[in-house]
Amino acid sequence: MTAGQLPTDEAPADPPAREQIPAAGFFSGAVAALSPRRLDRRGQAHAIVTVALLAFCLVALPSILSTYYVDAMTQVVVYTIVALGLGLLVGRVGLVSLGQAAVLALGAWVATRLLFATSLPYPIVLLLAGLITMVLGTMVGLPALRMRGLYLALITLMLAGAITVVLATTNFPNGGSGFLGYNSNVVHTPAIRRPAIASSDAAFLRYSIVVAILMFLLVVWHLRSRPGRAWAAIRQSEASALAAGISTTRYKLWAFALASFLTGVAGGLLAGADRFLYSIDFQPQDSITLLAVVLMGGIYNVWGAVVAGLFMQFLPPLLTSWNVSPYWLTILFGVGALQVLTTAPAGIVDQLPKDLARLGRFIFRQFRRPVPSGGAP
Amino acid sequence: MIEVSNLTVRFGGVTPLDGITLTFAEGTCGLIGPNGAGKSTFFNVLSGFIKPATGRVTAFGEDLLSMAHFKRARWGVRRTFQTEQAIEQLSVFDNVAMIHEHSGLARASRRADTLAAISFVGLEITPDRKVGTLGAAERRLVEVARAVVGAPRLVLLDEPAAGLPDKETVHMGEVIRRIPEQTGAQVILVDHDMSLVSACCGVTSVLDFGRLIASGPTAQVLREENVIRAYLGTDTPYETVPV
Repeated sequence: MTAGQLPTDEAPADPPAREQIPAAGFFSGAVAALSPRRLDRRGQAHAIVTVALLAFCLVALPSILSTYYVDAMTQVVVYTIVALGLGLLVGRVGLVSLGQAAVLALGAWVATRLLFATSLPYPIVLLLAGLITMVLGTMVGLPALRMRGLYLALITLMLAGAITVVLATTNFPNGGSGFLGYNSNVVHTPAIRRPAIASSDAAFLRYSIVVAILMFLLVVWHLRSRPGRAWAAIRQSEASALAAGISTTRYKLWAFALASFLTGVAGGLLAGADRFLYSIDFQPQDSITLLAVVLMGGIYNVWGAVVAGLFMQFLPPLLTSWNVSPYWLTILFGVGALQVLTTAPAGIVDQLPKDLARLGRFIFRQFRRPVPSGGAP
Repeated sequence: MIEVSNLTVRFGGVTPLDGITLTFAEGTCGLIGPNGAGKSTFFNVLSGFIKPATGRVTAFGEDLLSMAHFKRARWGVRRTFQTEQAIEQLSVFDNVAMIHEHSGLARASRRADTLAAISFVGLEITPDRKVGTLGAAERRLVEVARAVVGAPRLVLLDEPAAGLPDKETVHMGEVIRRIPEQTGAQVILVDHDMSLVSACCGVTSVLDFGRLIASGPTAQVLREENVIRAYLGTDTPYETVPV
């Protein structure tokens, strides 16, 4: 990941008055991060477009789409949250995890178990799934923190394999009793429940988008405050971070914990989205695909996670609807990740606007050309 | 006042620091020596990145070596590195403020202290600028601002002016000279630029092959025969060269 050195950290709606945040209070910092008053004109345009897009996704999109694509978009939202966590680990702290799909399975398992065993409100279940996954993910991260780069990636891959094997034996809860909540003797298992306000597919998509927005705010708030600055220092140089008084172990664990929390919450959404979960739904190679799409989307910008989610969960159903095997995507993602790493390390979310602007200028010039152009080059 | 006694560092068969006993009095002290003399190793011991085989370091009466490395910053050890360490994606303000943030100082004074440190080093730019957009000389000044913000007690400057043009080096020298009176910190300056060391340091110590070969008033030390010999390489005892 030599891409780390790029100064292309363009978080959305970057207020120019950043310097006021450290002095401001806890929440005023978070508010300042989102307050349009402090934005310059470009930032304002940015914020307006973002809000408009979100409103469209939240209000109009679920009604327009067919059930097939509503389901696909719900998956996109779930994987966007997972990608947000992985992008944070890889891009902000430089920790490469190849086990995020297994962590997602863990979160989904915990949420499913809670949804069957208790009648807790759905948001509470999401929160608990996030917190329990956070504890488990951090425990996994604890020994892994002594490793870096390839070795850390290998350990997380092994753990992902281990979690997959364990889940294959325990199965997902299906309304049975006991700790595992699995009943092997039933033919018709009950569906995993959804929140009362979001029982239809379209409503659940809206619900998921709201949860995703909250997760984005959580991450942006982190990035704009103390841990975000500490992560930036660690990524630049661990020695200098230590010399600056930053406990690198603590902040790496914090990143692991936050990423696991996000992934756990995503798992909780996945349980409600799929309604029936099986161990076979979670494959270790999903983690690798996930890393590839996260790299392609862009790891230095939170919006890269949205691109990653679309790549991971929108392209396959799209290809399927065109009668093309989605397995072709594995090749595309491989080539894409390679391409991004060599030519556009900040990912599509950074490169695409630049390329579009270049294309725009090119087209503009084509139309101006007919005007007598004397000796213009 | 930093007292170093019998400090030895060994890496396998190499001894980059060999029984150093040395006292840094108040103010700015110079530490010079040819490449490989052990200057950076010495800084790494003070920062906590290297555990010495033997020896003690007492800083203002406290045992520095028994502190965990990231806690030394809270105590007041600050340092700049030979390579640039200011964080490119963060603003100048955030770069400096984060040191304050992790040194256990009151949050209320953070903004004022940070701006004071930025103006102390003479950076005439808006603190919102991202460090990635700055030139080399400005980045070095950001690093010095990081080293002096808040309440530093021991400031280690590792070649802060390396590669800078003369005019910027002179400015850097003026900044370094003012650090002790401004902050009360003990400054140790490592540099190869003898004019900078002469301008900033009243007292200078010289390392060669991990041994202390001279220590005293800077002008006097720079004239000593064995110092000149160490730098010019004549009559070097090659048989003691660590391989």
